[in-house]
Amino acid sequence: MTTSNPTTPLSGGGTPSTGTNVSRRANRRQLSKFWIYVLLLVAGLAFGLPFFWTISSSLKPITELFVFPPTVWPENIRWQNYADVFTIAPFALFIWNTVIVTSLAMIGQILSAAVVAFGFTRFRFPGREPLFVLVLSTLMLPWQVTVVPQFLLFRYLGWINTFAPLIVPSFFGGGAFYIFMLRQFFLTIPRDLDEAAKLDGASSFRIFWNIMLPLSKAALATVAIFSFIGHWNEFFGPLIYLNSPDKFTISIGLRYFVSNPFESDEPREAILMAASLITAAPVLMLFFAAQKYFVQGIATTGLKG
Amino acid sequence: MAAATASSWWKSPTQRREALEGYLWISPWVIGFLLFTLGPMIGSLYLSMTSYKIGGTPEWLGFDNYIRAFSGQDKLFWDSLWRTVYFAVATVILGTVGSLLAAILLNQNVRGRNFFRALFYLPSLTPVVALAILWQWLLQPQVGFVNYTLYQFGIEGPGWMTSRQWALPSLILISLWAGIGGGRMIIFLAGLQGVPIELYESAELDGASTLQRFFNITLPMISPVILFNVLLGVIGSFSVFSLAYVATDGGPSYATYFYVLHLYYSAFTYFQMGYASALAWVFFLIIFVLSFIQIKTSDRWVYYEFS
Repeated sequence: MTTSNPTTPLSGGGTPSTGTNVSRRANRRQLSKFWIYVLLLVAGLAFGLPFFWTISSSLKPITELFVFPPTVWPENIRWQNYADVFTIAPFALFIWNTVIVTSLAMIGQILSAAVVAFGFTRFRFPGREPLFVLVLSTLMLPWQVTVVPQFLLFRYLGWINTFAPLIVPSFFGGGAFYIFMLRQFFLTIPRDLDEAAKLDGASSFRIFWNIMLPLSKAALATVAIFSFIGHWNEFFGPLIYLNSPDKFTISIGLRYFVSNPFESDEPREAILMAASLITAAPVLMLFFAAQKYFVQGIATTGLKG
Repeated sequence: MAAATASSWWKSPTQRREALEGYLWISPWVIGFLLFTLGPMIGSLYLSMTSYKIGGTPEWLGFDNYIRAFSGQDKLFWDSLWRTVYFAVATVILGTVGSLLAAILLNQNVRGRNFFRALFYLPSLTPVVALAILWQWLLQPQVGFVNYTLYQFGIEGPGWMTSRQWALPSLILISLWAGIGGGRMIIFLAGLQGVPIELYESAELDGASTLQRFFNITLPMISPVILFNVLLGVIGSFSVFSLAYVATDGGPSYATYFYVLHLYYSAFTYFQMGYASALAWVFFLIIFVLSFIQIKTSDRWVYYEFS
């Protein structure tokens, strides 16, 4: 995504034509530019202000929370709200649990999606095309259809209230979305490279490990980022599989925080805002650090899907 | 694959070896598909014809679960289904149009595009529980940000999530806030950037107005992307669960009680695994039929460029 992109109709791209039209058209273009900035600003405020309000509320002392009219920025900033998040609930433990689940599931997804994508790109076998269509069609399968028997299966295995149901399935295929994304990428890597390696007697595993993976760092990073966010934000799985607070991940921990009164009856909105921001922070920071991968990753999937 | 037409191209030993290796590499997905997708789907089809409580043995019912749902014996079935349809129609239409408009804005040659793109995208990254909590506070009737802003304009805001009438619109609003700037917008943006500039240039030379160029060039050229977004948007909207579960828990008095909440409560609160499986299959068929219709009718409105 470069800055020198072609413009679309609203700003009137294209070469200026000859004649008296030119100045009038330039004028019109200036005007529409103005309205574009106005619209961008309005939309920007609509998306940005709720975040600002949340940050502001998270720093308010209880006394300032319910005054009317509300203060835009706290008169007395109370940083203590952020510390309280960790003392009122075992939030550090929730974060730790989430780190474990997220990292293991992420490793599983990257590895197995890469393995499967490699199989689909570098080998010819009967049924390859229909099987790949089947992979893609699972993208459109709502998880609700399989959730009850899956729950019963994991219950039978004794996996309820463990992290296993949240991690183990990631190692089996890693999800259609990621297989598709990596396959698209692998297809762009010239076959000559593996042919040459094959002539030198390299096994497919070596080709996969020493040629494909190192050349696919950007694509793997994209998968890693999406996988991280997916698991960090996951709600439904932890909700049905984890039932004791010491096992909670951050999503259901946060909900537990809302629905369970702890020692005092004091309003906890400020602390809740702080807790929500702490929950969202890793994902938001990751986004700022790796914006490029996001945009490329999503765009590839949408355009070639 | 052209090779596939030659009847037995894989019959030689090297090709057989290649095929075998290929199966080996994709086997994690195959095993996962059988264990976690196909197996459970068949299991769920069987369970949907039974009455099953955890720990007991399934008791064969035939189609009774389905009859119970469709006949209106279970009032919440139709009730939650129509509510979900309402939510889906609103969020898919407004969301798709909103995302497209946002993408068009970001596709203009203006300063700070990357900044605005990041800003628009952020809400979609917010974890759903945080999203629910944050908006509960923003929509707080007395001192919430939204009602305070309305108050500045002399409007008395409603009770939002605490009001039976406004709870559903509140959730639609939140979904739009979190959805407009997300992946859908980025996909539209990539689609817009894929439209050849020459098309606009020659149209401008022919004197086509901005709106004409939008409807005659932009829309047809990005129609495959629109189909993709609408398809996934419908599935996503029909599956709405977490937001409603955390923000309103289906309330007040069922005002935001969606289909998947009904499924969830049937399975994991009342432990009616058989009935919940029937609900899941009905859900699957609805999604399947809707997707099928969209794909089948798409050749009438989707323009594919042949190169």
